[in-house]
Formats: sequence, C-alpha cells, structure tokens
Amino acid sequence: MATRAADPAGPLIDIEGLTKRFGSFTAVDDVTFQVRRGEVLGFLGPNGAGKSTTMRMLAGFMIPSAGTARILDHDVQTDSVAARRVLGFLPEGAPTYPEMTVEGFLRFCAKIRGYTGAELADRVDHALGLTTLRGVRLQPVETLSKGFKRRVGLAQALLHDPPVLVLDEPTDGLDPNQKHEVRGLIAQMAPNKAIVISTHILEEVDAVCTRAIIIAGGRIVADETPQALSERHASGKLEDVFRALTMEGAV
Amino acid sequence: MNAILTIAGRELRAYFATPVATVFIVIFLVLQGALTFNLGQFFDRGIADLNPFFTFIPWVFLLLIPAITMRLWAEERRLGTIELLLTLPITQTQAVLGKFLAAWAFCGIALLLTFPFVIAVNILGNPDNGVIASGYLGSLLIAGAFLSVGAAMSALTRNQVIAFVLAVAVCFLFAVASNPIVNDFLSHTAPALGEFTRRLAITDRFADFTRGLISLRDVIYFATFIGFFLFLNTVLVDQRKAD
Repeated sequence: MATRAADPAGPLIDIEGLTKRFGSFTAVDDVTFQVRRGEVLGFLGPNGAGKSTTMRMLAGFMIPSAGTARILDHDVQTDSVAARRVLGFLPEGAPTYPEMTVEGFLRFCAKIRGYTGAELADRVDHALGLTTLRGVRLQPVETLSKGFKRRVGLAQALLHDPPVLVLDEPTDGLDPNQKHEVRGLIAQMAPNKAIVISTHILEEVDAVCTRAIIIAGGRIVADETPQALSERHASGKLEDVFRALTMEGAV
Repeated sequence: MNAILTIAGRELRAYFATPVATVFIVIFLVLQGALTFNLGQFFDRGIADLNPFFTFIPWVFLLLIPAITMRLWAEERRLGTIELLLTLPITQTQAVLGKFLAAWAFCGIALLLTFPFVIAVNILGNPDNGVIASGYLGSLLIAGAFLSVGAAMSALTRNQVIAFVLAVAVCFLFAVASNPIVNDFLSHTAPALGEFTRRLAITDRFADFTRGLISLRDVIYFATFIGFFLFLNTVLVDQRKAD
C-alpha cells in the first residue's frame, strides 16, 4: 500500500495491452489505459462490447489472454491478494448470498478483509450509512428489491474505503432518487480515489465522470472528457456520438 | 487461517439457513437406523458392537455426500457470488479449504447425532468403545474423502445435477475398487492394474478403522486422497471460475 508514496501522481490503475480471447472470439482487444487519483472514468459501450470482461480482468477474476493490469503497482495476476486489498469491486449484477442478512453479509466481507471487534462494527455501520441501508440491516438479502441489492453490493465495495473502486453498472435497477444518491456518493468520494464505472446510461457520464472511454467490439474507440466527446458530433449530444462510434465499430 | 475460518463459518451457517441441513441430517439418521437395525440385524446378532452401523456408512455417504457438495461451487457460479468471493483479498486455496472444512464439519455434526447408537449398545452390553471411536474416526475420514471428490466435481460444472452424478460415480469407483467382482475381473485381465486398484480402494482402508486398527498408512492414505482432490479443486476453480 505504501508503494505509491514514491510517486503520488502516478496512476492507481494501470492497464496495458489487456486482451481476452474466448476461442476464436476476441472479447477485449489490446485495451490500454490509466486512471489517476481524482478521476472518475466512465466505461461505456454497447452490451457485449467487453466492459464487464475488462473489469473482471482488472479485478483479477478473469485471466487475461495477454497484457497486464496493475492496481497501485500490484499486478492483479502475480500479486493478486495485495491488489484486491486496495480494490473495491462491484461485480456485474451485484451478487450477494441470498440467505444472509444485509449486516451479516457485510460483516462477512469485513471479516475477510481482516477487520475485527469495534473496528469491524464501525466499518459495517459506516458502509450501511453511506448506502442508506441502515433500515434493512437485519433483512435477508433475498427479500430485498433490486435497488437495495445493488446498494448492498456497493456497500461491500466501500467497506474498506479503498483507493480504487471498480463498479460494474452501479446504478442499474435503482430508481431516479437512488441513482441521484449513488451519483452524489461517487462524486463525493472522487477526489481521493480512482474510480471506474461501467454504464450504458449516458446521462450518468455527464453527471459524474471526468473522463469517458467508449469501447466497441473489444477495442477502445474514444478516450476523452465527456465534454470533448459530445463536441465530436454536430448535435453536441453524447448519445449521437455514442451511436456513431459504436455502430461503425460493429460493422 | 482467519479467512479460511470466516469462509467456513459463513458456509456452515448457510447450510442451516436453508432446509438442506435438516433434510440431510434426517435422511442420514433414518437411513443409518433402518439399515443398521433391519439389514444389519443389530439386535439378532447378539453382539455388542457397532459393526452393522459402520458397514453401511460408506454406502449411505456415497449417496448423500454428493448431495451436499454438488452445490458447493455450482451454486456460487449460479448466483454469481463466485465473482464476489474470489475478488475478496483471499487466495483460491483459502476459499477451497474454507468450503471443504464447512462441509466436513457439517458431516461431523451429522455423525455426532448418531450418538444414540453408542448409548444403546453400551446399555445393551459391554462394547469396546475404543473400536467404536476408531470406527467414527474412519467414518469422518471417509466423509472427508468423498467430500473432497464431490467438491472438485462441483467446481467442474455449473450444473448441480451433473456435479452430483459425477461425484457419485467417482466415489463409487473408489468404493468398489477392492470388491471381489472388480478384483477378480482385473486380476484375470490386467494383474498389475488389479493390485493398483486394490491399494486405491477406500472401503478396505475404512474396514481397518472399524476393526479398531488405526494405522499410519491408512491415515496418510486419506490425507493424500483429500489433499489430491482439494488441489484438483483449486486448479478447477482457477480454470473455470469465469466460464
């Protein structure tokens, strides 16, 4: 964790030439990018473009066919436990154990992260507070609605206040109020962290992201600020830029 | 070690949070009771020991243990929680060991609940309780061996039915490897193989325990057996986790 001290301005996430092939199909093709502290990177692309696959490789869950991913200088393949210690990861669909209570589930994650006693209780309570889950803390996860489940997944990723957050569709299934809250939360945490969120809600990019990468057919087709991106099209709408970039990528 | 125990604790609680635990324990006790008293002629033999009880243990485990292990990894993959579990700061070996220990502890609880047999046989006569203890140790080891097979099979596929059938099949092979039918056939056709399979057979090792013989060789056999399949489990999880 102290490795960054030597170079405080260096990237917290460093992905180089990341490639994933499934048989003859290339899901992610030579993806390279860095994310620095204070950046909120919106990871955009149509379904099946390779967003989740890239995030899974970054989280060390999927083994890349080629290339490397590093989190705070820890290679996610060769130094995976150290890399995952400084990572908060919300997997696609926010999976949780259905029979556990919200608090039980978060306590389990906190325990695995090495917290004990009063600190463990504090961490769990803080995460419950951030995601406004205190009201349902004793409810089994399976009885919760989709939006609550998503927030349980988010709470799990925030437990240890990690410097790097990778969130796969954090606002999917939330109602407009909850979306607003989560975006507020991301914006509030942004200055001290490197955050990657995948989404196909384009308004979200305008709302919280400082930078956007559009991926289509496994390749990066754009990497700039949301503003610069929307200026690419005469209409000035991100939606039109997105369509133009990803449709041509598909052909 | 802490992470292993945390995973094991969560897993064990999950058994009891669902009807899995109750169904397993009730069926196990009913089957063991029925087989011991009827087929095993527990009373008619007029001998105060638990041999009829232990005779059926491997076969009841053969049927029931794959039912516990089939969900071990397959369920994680179905729910997608495997992605959560394996992106927490733990090694895959820790996850494999935690899950295995939980299942093993669960079998230990089921075995403990057969204590009325021990009480009954002690009231009815003067059994050698040392032999009974060694039989229980053997039962626990055979449970561990079958669990390690089942856990590995569960990591192989996301389909629970396939995991169950594969686990029964592999455990069955190890259970019948020393059976006279298999052995006679092999010693006629492939003598070298016949000797090899006899050494691999799990039921012969278990029989030693039920006679009160705890030999280092048998303990090493079980440790190696479990270790091999847990290693296989780790490799399979690593290869197939993201499929």
